[in-house]
Amino acid sequence: MKNNIVLTGVGGQGVITAANILGKAALKAELNVYVSEVHGMAQRGGSVNCAVRIGDVYGPLVANGTADAIVSTEPIEALRYINFSNNKTKIITDINPVIPFTVSVGNDKYPSLDKVFSELRKNGDLYKIDANKIAIDVGNIITKNTVLLGALAASDVLLFKSDLLLSTILENVPSRFKEINRKAFQKGYKAIKK
Amino acid sequence: MEIIENKPGKNILLLGNEAITRGAIEAGVSVATTYPGTPSSEIADSFSKIAKYKTKKNKEPGFYFEYSTNEKVALEIAAAAAITGLRSLTCMKHVGLNVASDTFMTYLYIGCRGGHVIVSADDPSCHSSQNEQDNRYYAIFGGAPMFEPATPQEAKEMTRMAFEISEELNSPVLLRTTTRLNHARGPITFNKIEKSKEKGNFERNPMWVTTPEIARARHPVLIKMLEKAEKISESYPYNEIINIGKQSEWGIITSGVSYNYVREISEELNLNVKILKLGMTHPIPKNICKKFIRSCKKIIIVEELEPILENQIKQIIYDIGVSVRIFGKTTGHFSRLYEYNPDIVEEVFLKIFKINKEIKKPNKSKLELPKRPPALCPGCPHRATYYAAKKAQPKGVIYPTDIGCYTLGKEKPLEMADLLLCMGSNAGTACGLAVATDEKIISFMGDSTFFHSGIPPIIDAVHHNHNVVITILDNRTTAMTGHQPHPGTDFDGMGRPAKKILVENVVKGCGVENIEIINPNNIEKSTEAYKRALKYSGTSVVISKSPCIILENRNKRKRNEIIHVYQIDQEKCKKCKTCIGKFGCPAIYFEEDKSIHIDMNQCNGCGNCATICPFNAIFKKEN
Repeated sequence: MKNNIVLTGVGGQGVITAANILGKAALKAELNVYVSEVHGMAQRGGSVNCAVRIGDVYGPLVANGTADAIVSTEPIEALRYINFSNNKTKIITDINPVIPFTVSVGNDKYPSLDKVFSELRKNGDLYKIDANKIAIDVGNIITKNTVLLGALAASDVLLFKSDLLLSTILENVPSRFKEINRKAFQKGYKAIKK
Repeated sequence: MEIIENKPGKNILLLGNEAITRGAIEAGVSVATTYPGTPSSEIADSFSKIAKYKTKKNKEPGFYFEYSTNEKVALEIAAAAAITGLRSLTCMKHVGLNVASDTFMTYLYIGCRGGHVIVSADDPSCHSSQNEQDNRYYAIFGGAPMFEPATPQEAKEMTRMAFEISEELNSPVLLRTTTRLNHARGPITFNKIEKSKEKGNFERNPMWVTTPEIARARHPVLIKMLEKAEKISESYPYNEIINIGKQSEWGIITSGVSYNYVREISEELNLNVKILKLGMTHPIPKNICKKFIRSCKKIIIVEELEPILENQIKQIIYDIGVSVRIFGKTTGHFSRLYEYNPDIVEEVFLKIFKINKEIKKPNKSKLELPKRPPALCPGCPHRATYYAAKKAQPKGVIYPTDIGCYTLGKEKPLEMADLLLCMGSNAGTACGLAVATDEKIISFMGDSTFFHSGIPPIIDAVHHNHNVVITILDNRTTAMTGHQPHPGTDFDGMGRPAKKILVENVVKGCGVENIEIINPNNIEKSTEAYKRALKYSGTSVVISKSPCIILENRNKRKRNEIIHVYQIDQEKCKKCKTCIGKFGCPAIYFEEDKSIHIDMNQCNGCGNCATICPFNAIFKKEN
């Protein structure tokens, strides 16, 4: 049994933190786990991707077409790593674009969201979620990654129970943020499992 | 603090780099030194955090740690400590060992008394480096015993054991890691933490002084040490054979992270193979290899970058005179380029084992996606310096650059990075370009780079009166690698107060007569300063002083200060695009209707866009 979870997004959106929490939860479930982090060259703003591999795995790298889930904090960043998906892959993505500066300076174009989602749908089992809105509603945009972890927990791919993921999140955030993270996780969960 | 809990048997998730720190702590390390560099930085940063945490709790850290001026100095400090009998660790990125190599090569002649582990973090695929050199050659070149962990758990154990082996051999040892280990997290099982020695003892001995006579006497000692090391390698627990499936004529020899891909793919393809996984790769355990080779007819060698194991295995095959077929890099099966992954190993294995499995082409987006490369942060003072320099003379300038955030000035719209070799190269190449061309030269380096290796070329420039403008971007931190302190900060890596060395004082001491000190956020005055510097015949140094905006804003938030962001008055905005097209702040963007806006979540409030806007359309948002 194994889990290959790919987490993607933009630097500063909490992707690496989410990957680490997922890894810690797997360890708590007494499962083998590896987490890979790609540290970009800049402090923020670059494309980020992490992989969490759980269970009978060797090493942290996910092979093409073998992700059980791709979780993304930004729509085109899900599509950028679509090489990891197969048609069963759960693709859980936030719907709010972060415009790269290559677009701002006019070198590149940001494709229409409809086209992005239609490409994602062709390559997997797509779940769209307005994680920004949920995170702001519960009290702070920084809980965006927790919203998405809640959605991942609801997608039934993980080898361990969602309660374990929630309790791991709560152990890893400062106490003043516990309550909003609990809400963020639950709302993310409900966004998928209605 | 979990990483320093003395609870043998406890399992936690650690980054490969943190695991190395833990291994050293378990071994009772007394001195740790570094110059920060990705992918090695978190090893040292963990020592820094532990020292600060313990100091805060009024406890002795149990070790001395420093971010040294450069890798050479780092190695020398730890080497001296190890010579006095203290267990020491020095960590650096692969190219750092080039800087330290002068020390490294002769240090191996004299060796040490306390265990000394030198960690080299190599970067196959150049994720964050200027080359992908294979530092395993350094082990062979200098004669250092070498270890290559495959997982974070092995990284911890191999580090811990490396101190003992180093002491047994009276030689420093090399722990060679790669990005995929340094930046991978995995489960770690704690061992007990040994108490570290507080003080060493320097025993005077003529052999520590490597005059030619002593060097000639020490070289055979080094060769003898390697013979002893080979015996250790023969019984090293991480040199092991793993059988997959049934016995067969097929063998695989591998080391480091490549083992993970080999193991996974061998199991997936139901191969019948035995894997010789080498953890101690220098000296290579010849007897183990001979026995393994004799048990195979065909051997695949899987190692990233250079065919180092492969060439040694071929030598052994020649020595024992058996007929074994080799599949590796020299046979064209594997590449000498870039990092491997499970897909690469699978593809080659399918060919070698003639397995008819259709490889499905990976899914690909039919949409062209905009690139999202790393960029200078919104509000970064370097952008303002670049803008001013370009404004002073828009054309006919060559811009040698250096290693650090400012390398990102290469991107549009600034495009102000023309030549880069290594740490400190900006000023040396600036002088060369001044000799070789009639162009104006403006070079750039950071303050940490200045202290690291930027000073000798400035002295050269002054002495030979090279006509160059050398910029030192003084943001008071080593930003790119994670905001480590350096000689220009008033605290050190253990969080203690430290003597702050002013860049301008050093520059003055180097004999530079034309020094311009600017605040880059005053773009007009900065432009004037660059104009004066360009007019000056000879060496000018521009010191651009403004703290890293990320650190600055982090401190402001801690003090509960408000960071005022900026906004664009849509009525005043004439869409001239100066802010986007010339200044290039990534917080500024076009809406679909072509109107220009500032992303409030990204704006760091530097206000430089407001200064450069020709129509005064950008204003500070009052909260």
